[in-house]
Amino acid sequence: MNSNIWLLTFADAISIATTLILASLGAIITERSGVINLGVEGMLLMGAVTAFVVADSTGNLWFALFIAVVVGVVLSSIHAALTVGLRANQIVSGLAMVIFGTGLSQFIGKPIEGDPLPVVIRPLELGWLADLPIVGPVVFGHDVFTYLTWVAAGGASFYMHRTRPGLTLRATGDAPATVDAQGGSVARIRWAHTMVGGALMAFAGAWYMFARAAAWNQAATTNGIGWIALALVVFASWRPLRAIGGAVLFGFSLQVPFTLQALQIRILPPTIVAMFPYLITLAVLVLLSTPRARRLLGAPKMLGQPFVRDER
Amino acid sequence: MQHNAEVPLALAARAVTKRFPGVVANDQVNFDLAHGEVHTLLGENGAGKSTLASVLCGLYRPEAGQVVRDGKEIRLNSPRDGLTHGIAMVHQHFRLVDRFTVAENVVLGHKSLSFVLATAEIEAKVAAITEKFGLPLDPRAVVGELSAGERQRVEIVKALYQGAEILLLDEPTALLAPPEVEKLFTTVRAMTHAGKSVVFVSHKLAEVVDISDRITVMRGGKVTGSVRRGEADVRRLAELMVGREINIVARRAKSPVGDVLLSASQVHLERDGTAMLTDINLEVRGGEIVGVAGVAGNGQRDLAEVIAGLRTPQQGNVTVCGVPTAGSGARGARRAGLAYVPEDRLGTGLAPSMSIRDNLVLTRERGFLVDRKSALLEAETFIKQLEIKTPGPLTPTRKLSGGNAQKVLLARELFALSGARVLVVCSPTRGLDVGAVETVHALLDEARDAGKAILLVSEDLDEVMTLADRVLVLYRGRITLERSGADTNVERVGRAMAGLAT
Repeated sequence: MNSNIWLLTFADAISIATTLILASLGAIITERSGVINLGVEGMLLMGAVTAFVVADSTGNLWFALFIAVVVGVVLSSIHAALTVGLRANQIVSGLAMVIFGTGLSQFIGKPIEGDPLPVVIRPLELGWLADLPIVGPVVFGHDVFTYLTWVAAGGASFYMHRTRPGLTLRATGDAPATVDAQGGSVARIRWAHTMVGGALMAFAGAWYMFARAAAWNQAATTNGIGWIALALVVFASWRPLRAIGGAVLFGFSLQVPFTLQALQIRILPPTIVAMFPYLITLAVLVLLSTPRARRLLGAPKMLGQPFVRDER
Repeated sequence: MQHNAEVPLALAARAVTKRFPGVVANDQVNFDLAHGEVHTLLGENGAGKSTLASVLCGLYRPEAGQVVRDGKEIRLNSPRDGLTHGIAMVHQHFRLVDRFTVAENVVLGHKSLSFVLATAEIEAKVAAITEKFGLPLDPRAVVGELSAGERQRVEIVKALYQGAEILLLDEPTALLAPPEVEKLFTTVRAMTHAGKSVVFVSHKLAEVVDISDRITVMRGGKVTGSVRRGEADVRRLAELMVGREINIVARRAKSPVGDVLLSASQVHLERDGTAMLTDINLEVRGGEIVGVAGVAGNGQRDLAEVIAGLRTPQQGNVTVCGVPTAGSGARGARRAGLAYVPEDRLGTGLAPSMSIRDNLVLTRERGFLVDRKSALLEAETFIKQLEIKTPGPLTPTRKLSGGNAQKVLLARELFALSGARVLVVCSPTRGLDVGAVETVHALLDEARDAGKAILLVSEDLDEVMTLADRVLVLYRGRITLERSGADTNVERVGRAMAGLAT
């Protein structure tokens, strides 16, 4: 019995990790171009509520996911317009995106609060793989998107480190003036990656809605996962593959309190545990504020810095 | 190298005019470059030579005139256009990504790169170029860990990799130690042997005579003359640059030196766990100038800041006029009688938006109320005495030219009411025109004769050799050479700057 509940905990950790990987992958891609988007939580909520509403009226899961992605692109392009186009402060704009995304999703989601899910994402039937001891239930009991997410992380890593546009992307986060001098468009690269990042974040929310959540529960639906994804970016040193391991670890630590509760072991009051995501985010932001820490952690050198060409 | 009429010129500028707000940087400039030629653009800062090079590579678009490549007029809207015509510029400030490898930097932004990077192939190609042109570099080295000379090589390799036939080198020797300059010249020769042409932009007269097939001198946005190899006469070139006869005379202490006013002993400074200064011992007496020479980034700035009290060394003592000041901050050092003229004169030395008068008052320590009358008087005196070109004492210092701003700063630090006895001055003539350089040198000379102890930290070796009674060489945070002005020779100091002296 006890060993079963721990297997479930591991399986849940991997499942939660899917959202974390998707969201932090979005953040990594965005940040590698030099743009920091703190609005992840808002993007998750918007992705989730959009997917719910669209699925509710059409019954089509794929269409719902698609519209959620479109919403992610639109929202993140607002962030790009402010920070890349108008060179506004990225932190302020990002926090505004959280408030905006949270508020708008609650407004949209009010009528459907507590309704049953119109569609769900079900785990794949993997036959004998799922019957393997331990590995079966932990690794092979997930839905198709979980596996695709791992592939996506590998793809992102390959893109960043082994392809021409990836090289330019990393250069844009580290030395935008260099890219500019070579005729590359810093603005275009930042716009594009901020939008792709936003799409991934919103998709992460939509997936979470149909695969993990029981119902739309307003802002509590995602419960701070977006903030954890941001911390995960730092933990993974802006590398997509490291985000997978980090996400499982973070997912596990998110799941453990529930397991302990189920086992009637009480270490910390749940209200304290609920504070963790925000504490971690705060710690990350403080950490990122010193140039030395940024360098040691491997942050893109010009993260958060608007690019202005050095005109004579 | 002779160019004859049948072979079209590799590159030419025809009556190029380029204006910036308030200044005509290039005024009807003509310039040409034959195949396989090294043609130097010589001139003071602000003469317009970098502007011309920028026009030739496509960075700036001229208001009038043409750029002609192999006899045909070309229109360049960006450096990328320049590259398609085989023209590349190596900038004074490198444009490299520190965290990338040499190979990654070389191929970054290259048009014909495949979507998936063929790393091994790229590295082999880079290695081939480095070998052919005598540019020793490891394609896999991380650029952030390379020296200035090596980074410059990366830039050159990058230009060659992109197929450049014409290389514009903007002040390529500014950051190099003399032996690295020799290596650069070897590369330049290898490039011209391979049929490539080089435009060498420089203000260092003595250096360019050797390497150039032709030298064209610019002043105030115009070409003032052009000489071929063999006709080059340093004195004549200097006159073309400056527009009048100049005399480079060493200025040395006229009176015997006095007591030790500034001393540092066994100073050791670490930053982020790296030793920036190691076992620094120095003494400066009243009435002498001690010059600290070194290639940029060998700890000069840290040394100046430790002495000025801006940094606290982990070990060692600093004494100003007999008062130990290490650890007592900038104010402690100043109270003990130290004045500091930082390299960044406008940002750190002066408050740019405040008037000349108010800047003079900034370092006064007595009284709560500002004595505006005496400050105004002081400002007016300085403006007259030092020939500071400004509408008046209430003009904000940011509106002054570099030379005039430096005069204000030196006046405050040296001669104002708060006048100190010890002066630390960093690169005081960087970016100044020749006239201003002379004034600044005369001021420092005057201060020395008035019995002040001066520590001159400068990357300009000529400046140190001209002014200093004693020369220290700083290399990787250590003093590797100490010589008194009379028995120093430039070569010896140059070798020490490159870390070669024993």
